[in-house]
Amino acid sequence: MSPLSSPVTGATPVIGVLALQGDVREHLAALAATDAVARTVRRPEELAEVGGLVIPGGESTTMSKLAALFGMLEPLRARVRAGMPVYGTCAGMIMLAEKILDPRSGQETVGGIDMIVRRNAFGRQNESFEAAVEVAGVEGGPVEGVFIRAPWVESVGAEVQVLAEYGGHVVAVRQGNALATSFHPELTGDHRLHRYFTDLVREAGT
Amino acid sequence: MSTTLPTTTQSAETGTARVKRGMAEQLKGGVIMDVVTPDQAKIAEDAGAVAVMALERVPADIRKDGGVARMSDPDMIEGIIEAVSIPVMAKSRIGHFVEAQVLQSLGVDYIDESEVLTPADEVNHSDKWAFTTPFVCGATNLGEALRRIAEGAAMIRSKGEAGTGNVVEAVRHLRQIKNEIARLRGFDNNELYAAAKELRAPYEIVKEVAALGKLPVVLFSAGGVATPADAALMRQLGAEGVFVGSGIFKSGDPARRAAAIVKATTFYDDPKIIADASRNLGEAMVGINIDTLPESEHYAKRGW
Repeated sequence: MSPLSSPVTGATPVIGVLALQGDVREHLAALAATDAVARTVRRPEELAEVGGLVIPGGESTTMSKLAALFGMLEPLRARVRAGMPVYGTCAGMIMLAEKILDPRSGQETVGGIDMIVRRNAFGRQNESFEAAVEVAGVEGGPVEGVFIRAPWVESVGAEVQVLAEYGGHVVAVRQGNALATSFHPELTGDHRLHRYFTDLVREAGT
Repeated sequence: MSTTLPTTTQSAETGTARVKRGMAEQLKGGVIMDVVTPDQAKIAEDAGAVAVMALERVPADIRKDGGVARMSDPDMIEGIIEAVSIPVMAKSRIGHFVEAQVLQSLGVDYIDESEVLTPADEVNHSDKWAFTTPFVCGATNLGEALRRIAEGAAMIRSKGEAGTGNVVEAVRHLRQIKNEIARLRGFDNNELYAAAKELRAPYEIVKEVAALGKLPVVLFSAGGVATPADAALMRQLGAEGVFVGSGIFKSGDPARRAAAIVKATTFYDDPKIIADASRNLGEAMVGINIDTLPESEHYAKRGW
C-alpha cells in the first residue's frame, strides 16, 4: 500500500523509533522485548525501511522543529496517511494529533489521529506522577502509567477509539493503525502496549 | 465509548525515582541552554532547546564579576517559566538545601546543585531524596557521580570547566566516567566490593552500574561547549545530551548558534550536517585556557 516501500515480510516486523530527540533507547529495548527488530529513524530513507514507527517521549517543540528542518514531516505524513502503524508516547502523542490546543508558534504535527491535545495538561514536573491505568484491549490488569509533564486529549473525532482515561481525561487513543498514550510504558518493564503495537504492525504487513 | 471503559481507581504518586529519572530520559539527544532573561529563553526555545537553565549571570560573567554567586531572584526565574513551555531548570548552591526548597516552591522542573555557584557547605551536598523536584549534579569522575546518585540525583552531567568556552575539561571528565564504567564491567563480584570502597560509593549502585554498563541515570555533558562540533564531540564520546552555558549568549549571533548546536547534537555522527551547522555562525565566545586560571577559579574542584 505504501508508496515508499513495503520491505517487511514474514513474522518479524521491523519497527523504527524516531530518533530526533527523546527517550529512544527505552523504546528500542521495549520493542526488542516484543520480538520486533527495532532501529532508529532520523532520515527519510531510514523511514522507508520500517514497517511501523514509534514517536518517543521528548520535547514536542524540539521534535517538531527538527522534523521540519530535516525534511521528515512530509515523509512522515505520507507514511501515516498510507496506513503505516505508528505509536506515539507523550510528545509522540502530540506529534500525532491533528490539532494542538496551545501550540508554540510554528509548531507542526504529523497528524494521523483526529484529536485535539493539550500540552503539559497534567502540570509541570512537580505534578508528574505514576498511576495504574486500565487500557481497553490490553489484558492482564492495569498498566503502570508514568506521566511526565504529560498531555491529555481534549477532544476526539468520531473515528477515534478511546482506550483509557485517567482522572476524567482521555490518555490513550487509537484511530486505525495509529496509537497514542499520554504516558510512557517504555519507562517500565511492562511491555504489553509495545506488544500490542508490534502485533498491529505484524497484522498491517506494511 | 467512554461508558464501556474500565475505571481506574488507584491514586497517583508524585516525585518517584521513576518520574524524576524519567524526566531526564525525555531530554536525551537535546541541548539545555543557560538563559538570563525571558527573551533569551524564547530564543533558546525557538532554536529547539529541550530545556533552559534560568540564572542571573552566565558562568563567563560570574568569573568576570567575582564575589559570591547565589541562587537567582525568584521574579527572574518566574519570568522565564512564564515565557516558555519547555522545562525550566535553576541552580542552587552545593549544600544549600534552602535555596533548593525555594526553587521547588517556585515550580522549576529540575534543580542543578551546581559548582558554578559558590558552595554553601564544604562537607555535605543536599539530600536530594527529600525533594519532589528532581536534581541534576556535576561530576568529574565515576565515584563523584555515584555519590550524587546515592544522595538522590536523577541526572548527572560531566562538570567540565564552565564559562571558559574550552571543551578540554568536559572531555576529560566524560572520558574518565566512561573509562571507569568500562573498567567496572570487567570486574567479577568479588572485585566489586573493593571497587565500591575505592570509588567511595555504595556497593549496590556500583553493582548496578557494572551490570548495566552505564549510569542508572541520564548522563549529559557540560562546561565549555561553544560550537556545534564541540556538542557533537561530547555526544560521540558518550554524552546523552549537552548543556551549553555561556557558549550561546556570549557569542556574536546567539539565535543562529543555538539552532546550529541543536542540529549538531541530533546528527552528532554526520560530519556533513555538522559542517553545514558550523557555517557563518559569527564569532564564538572568547575562550579561556584552563591552565591560566588560578586554582581557586577551577569550578570543577568544587564538590566532592
